[in-house]
Amino acid sequence: MQYLEFEKSLAEIEGKSEELRALARQNTGMDVEKEAAALDRKAEAMLRDLYKGLTPWQKCQVARHPDRPHCKDYIEALFTEYTPLAGDRNFADDHAVMGGLARFNDQPVMVIGHEKGHDTKSRIARNFGMARPEGYRKAIRLMDLAHRFGLPVITLVDTPGAYPGKGAEERGQSEAIARATQKCLSLGVPLVSVIIGEGGSGGAVAFATANRVAMLEHSVYSVISPEGCASILWKDADKMREAAEALRLTAQDLEKLGVIDRVIAEPLGGAQRDRAAAIASVGKALGAMLKDLAGKKPDALVRARRQKFLEIGGKGLAA
Amino acid sequence: MNWISNYVRPTINSLFSRREVPENLWTKCPECGTMLFHRELTDNLYVCTSCDHHMAISPRARFAALFDGGIFTEVKVPEPLPDPLHFRDQKKYPDRMRAAQKATGEKEAMLVAEGEMGRTPIVAVAQDFSFMGGSMGMYVGNAIIAAAERAVERRWPLVLFSAAGGARMQEGILSLMQMPRTTVAVEMLREAGLPYIVVLTHPTTGGVTASYAMLGDVHIAEPNALICFAGPRVIEQTIREKLPEGFQRAEYLLDHGMLDRVTHRKALRDELVSIIRMLTGQPPAIKADLPPPAAPDPVSAQAPAAPVPTDAAIAGKSAGAAAAPDSKK
Ligand SMILES: [Zn+2]
Repeated sequence: MQYLEFEKSLAEIEGKSEELRALARQNTGMDVEKEAAALDRKAEAMLRDLYKGLTPWQKCQVARHPDRPHCKDYIEALFTEYTPLAGDRNFADDHAVMGGLARFNDQPVMVIGHEKGHDTKSRIARNFGMARPEGYRKAIRLMDLAHRFGLPVITLVDTPGAYPGKGAEERGQSEAIARATQKCLSLGVPLVSVIIGEGGSGGAVAFATANRVAMLEHSVYSVISPEGCASILWKDADKMREAAEALRLTAQDLEKLGVIDRVIAEPLGGAQRDRAAAIASVGKALGAMLKDLAGKKPDALVRARRQKFLEIGGKGLAA
Repeated sequence: MNWISNYVRPTINSLFSRREVPENLWTKCPECGTMLFHRELTDNLYVCTSCDHHMAISPRARFAALFDGGIFTEVKVPEPLPDPLHFRDQKKYPDRMRAAQKATGEKEAMLVAEGEMGRTPIVAVAQDFSFMGGSMGMYVGNAIIAAAERAVERRWPLVLFSAAGGARMQEGILSLMQMPRTTVAVEMLREAGLPYIVVLTHPTTGGVTASYAMLGDVHIAEPNALICFAGPRVIEQTIREKLPEGFQRAEYLLDHGMLDRVTHRKALRDELVSIIRMLTGQPPAIKADLPPPAAPDPVSAQAPAAPVPTDAAIAGKSAGAAAAPDSKK
């Protein structure tokens, strides 16, 4: 379990309780249970307290937590017969984007998402979830396939943003993102999206221009990273706390602004503390969102999706 | 013509850009250093007469040069909520807005107009880099949607001039949402079977490039315009290597297949007319600086000398009888 910077005092208490129990295991007859249990209670209270009032910057850290379930984990746990489909048929297969045919509650669907990787090797292979044009073009291909065969599309968003690289630019990063958004808007099948971690700018929009968009409780969705915003507007990258605050990038604020449709509760202490519970909650939300859209005609789905985005911006936040 | 009938109280634009500077001002070309007399520069559409460097041009000056006789009618853009996030960095967003409005004389970073270009009716929309870096917020999104709706209503083509550093951070997620919103606008044009021509000008970057600016039926860029998703500095920091000469410039993008053409600003208008008339099956246009189209009911408007390469006399004389599409009062 990796602790975040703001969980330092929590780490101390949980460490102490663990130490006590380890000590007891080595010295038979030593009874520490009462003391350890007290520490556990204290830790839980502290956890409840911390996570009740996470600041936007703390939420960014939770959203980026390396132990949080990633796209691959959700696909493995929530889908059956997952059959990955690869390549953009033009240049390459981008491993920052995974996707393919699968069954969700026995129903055939197309599932697509950003995958960040879980250790050094996979993180490099996945390019930390930062897609290149090929990733968006693979997604376009899969969405199109789903459209033609009437399969709902599920997207799982978790990316710091599109990859800012030389080749990516030369091969049309902008065009690929724009076309993916356009494809989202033209699908005659239900498109539902969950922001499971980081919804980084245009790289997220390319997948999340959906009929229904949900966000995990401690995920974030923003036009720019707080660090990037701080260095541009404050001319000081260390002002990321202020920037995170100002950008209104939390699931709670985005729901108020009407940008997303629902917030999915996370287990106490974040998805990283109880991955199975977080995955199950996302599964439930996906089921509910798909049920909402079931039986709708292709044309109605397209029109409703467009209308939904045209209407965004109609409400601001209370002063 | 029936489209006159559903037109209510148009506003007629003066040929003058409101930020017009006095005659005696000199501007130094940032590229070659030549001192250019202001009049000379405006007559040359803000292209350096010595090195051909394309400087920024305001939407009003651009439209004055684009439309016949320099006459166009502004299309009203629905006002978004001001400062929806109560955003504050080192300054408050409303203060930044007021400063930009004062500096430019414009309300926002996008201008929508309709009129005739080479006797070819079009709707045009142009982004103003001098207004908060042309940044795409809700107003810009609304402007593109309004432009597309007007184009669909009239069945006219849409020409869009992009220029922006990207999304307007002060509107947070709502600026990001302009990517899908403006893409809906592009879809409207597509469904209506209307040409959508994008002219990418310096600079067009970030979320703007990754939405409406890269979804044109035809992409034309001005010479040497920076066009990218991630800026060169960000890329150099990421990959830790020096980027090649001309990277992400218009000519480089042309080489990499992202553009149809790179066209000098002075040749742009004729090229747009020609492309649009071919796409819409119209006969070839008369190549000339045309006076504004005759209007059945002349309306009075001030007609100062034009900072455009049209014959000032013609523009001046006809400006009063301008505004063909909007003579109903
Ligand atoms: Zn020059």
